[in-house]
Amino acid sequence: MSVEAREARQPWILLSPALGAVTLLLFVPLAFILVYSFWLRTATGADQVGFYLENWREALSDAFYRDILINTLKIAAITTIVCALMGYPAAYFIARSKGNKAILLLLLMLPFWISYIIRTMSWINILGVSGAFNSALMTLGVISEPIQMLYNETTVILGLVHFLLPFMVLNVFVSLEGIDTNLEDAANSLGATKWQSFLQVTLPLSLPGLAAGGLLCFVLGAGTYITPIVLGGPTDAMFANLVFEAIITQLNWPLGSALSLMLLAVLGTLVLIYNRYLGMAQLMKGLG
Amino acid sequence: MSAVTLTDIVKRFGDFTAVHRMSLEIPEGSFLTLLGPSGCGKTTTLRMVAGLLDPTEGEIQIKGKHVTNVPIHKRNLGIVFQNYALFPHKTVADNVAFGLRYRDVSAEEAKRRVNEALELVQLPNVGDRYPKQLSGGQQQRIALARAIVIEPDVLLLDEPLSALDANLREDMRVELKRIQHRIGVTTIFVTHDQSEALAMSDQIVVMSDGRVEQVGPPEEVYNTPSSEFVANFLGASNILPATAGQASGDTLPIEVGGFGSIAIPRDRAPALNGSGKARLVVRAEKLLLTRPGDAPAGSISVDGTVETVDYQGQAVRYFVRVGDTQLQAINMIDGRPFNEGDSVAVSLRPRDCAALPEGT
Ligand SMILES: Nc1ncnc2c1ncn2[C@@H]1O[C@H](COP(=O)(O)OP(=O)(O)OP(=O)(O)O)[C@@H](O)[C@H]1O
Ligand SMILES: [Mg+2]
Repeated sequence: MSVEAREARQPWILLSPALGAVTLLLFVPLAFILVYSFWLRTATGADQVGFYLENWREALSDAFYRDILINTLKIAAITTIVCALMGYPAAYFIARSKGNKAILLLLLMLPFWISYIIRTMSWINILGVSGAFNSALMTLGVISEPIQMLYNETTVILGLVHFLLPFMVLNVFVSLEGIDTNLEDAANSLGATKWQSFLQVTLPLSLPGLAAGGLLCFVLGAGTYITPIVLGGPTDAMFANLVFEAIITQLNWPLGSALSLMLLAVLGTLVLIYNRYLGMAQLMKGLG
Repeated sequence: MSAVTLTDIVKRFGDFTAVHRMSLEIPEGSFLTLLGPSGCGKTTTLRMVAGLLDPTEGEIQIKGKHVTNVPIHKRNLGIVFQNYALFPHKTVADNVAFGLRYRDVSAEEAKRRVNEALELVQLPNVGDRYPKQLSGGQQQRIALARAIVIEPDVLLLDEPLSALDANLREDMRVELKRIQHRIGVTTIFVTHDQSEALAMSDQIVVMSDGRVEQVGPPEEVYNTPSSEFVANFLGASNILPATAGQASGDTLPIEVGGFGSIAIPRDRAPALNGSGKARLVVRAEKLLLTRPGDAPAGSISVDGTVETVDYQGQAVRYFVRVGDTQLQAINMIDGRPFNEGDSVAVSLRPRDCAALPEGT
């Protein structure tokens, strides 16, 4: 075999374990789900094998699903915007601080060492009826009865922001780190104030990081089902909860499959648009 | 009136003093170079003038105004950074126009001035490109155009040529000097390259370890170094132990082992007061090697042996042994260069020598 041919094969040899895993654990199950989505659930419990469009018709035409999909995207969008507004200044602070960056980044990563579910549940101890916040207000005499602060859309968003903020901060941090500080100095020397040079130079150059962080927050936020279960009320179900409901509770695999593919299609489109305009390389930088 | 005045400037970083009590006056329109080895405090000094660093002590005046509390964006300075620092997301024209946004300049006026600046740096047709689409030398010119288009009170250049390759560096040196001359802007230039400093400056400030060693025009700093550090830093010098005698008239007799007494011009030993121990400084290119007996008239000559020959094209650098010292001579090649082991006459002219007090 020639040297070129060997070199051309080498990446594939190195990639093969990963490709094998991805194929086996992602593409094969996805293919199953696609096939399931065309089966039909029957009253007897056994699914009817075949090519039926009923599940898709129901998933695409039922206003109930459509409303929850829209609500899911809305919650994900609000979460993303809140993460951007809170995360950008934090990332800027870390990127521009002298010396202790490593410690600040470590503090940022610290929550990842605790299970996401436990972190979400911790809000019950803070905002719950007998939680820290209510106790403090009662002790101070501000209120006489505990207030129910949990189990609404706001607490769902709060929980999601809590979970997703580090992803935003990391992504923005990476892009800020890549900006030459001389650029801001140059802008200042040409007459721009600190704020003007931020708007003219730093902000536009960090937009790729902001976009990458935003995409991650949006996709992860839109796909969540634990946060609405733990912190949401009965009307705060998100789309992934519907999938859970269909598959686990109603054992309606065909419908659950169609619903999950619907969410996948919406979020996949978003990723494709992002990739078209900004490229995945930026996202990889932020994750690594 | 001087364009820039530094008075007793000190800069400390924690316990470390980067600049020791520096005072400097830079006349309007002149080209001043801060020259010194790496880490001697050149950039620190420049950044203090720019307003990017606050001096720990001392005062800085620009055009007679105290600027210690004036933020950088109000100082009206043009800065060219070593890495150019062009805005990568803006076109060349937008880069150059950047400073004009913050000045009272109409859109047409801005356009005209941007074009003028681009013409001045001889890149009139690249306005629509992005910095990445230009070569290093071209980016350098754009950075310069961006700095001068605002008609700054002072132009600050931190090793602007060091990222260019040798040929381009020499072209840009001439170019930069031409542009500075044309617009007449007061310029502070930072470099550790002595030939750049000698070629471009009206005044050179030689720095070492945060202190000013010598300030003067290039010929003066080159010909009459005020310390051994300056003599060694600017080109190759021979520094010999000597004894100064009593001055008579315009000359000062200096006694040097091997050469006997050399009567050097008195103004070549300004730092020397009175007789006693001294150092004689002779530039390597002022030491002439000839065949024994061919030494030119009017020069002082001793016998020596060539030890090392370092051929450099137009010139040769020789190391010659004279008695128990080794001297360095750089001579233009005229005919065949000497070979190692040749016996030669090593001669020098008294007026090419300078003297320093001992221990400087
Ligand atoms: N922010 C800082 N904190 C601590 N020390 C510093 C800081 N900036 C510079 N120094 C020190 O001050 C000294 C002078 O630095 P400066 O950058 O002015 O040197 P320079 O003459 O420009 O050298 P070079 O030719 O290498 O650019 C150096 O020893 C440097 O380590
Ligand atoms: Mg420097």
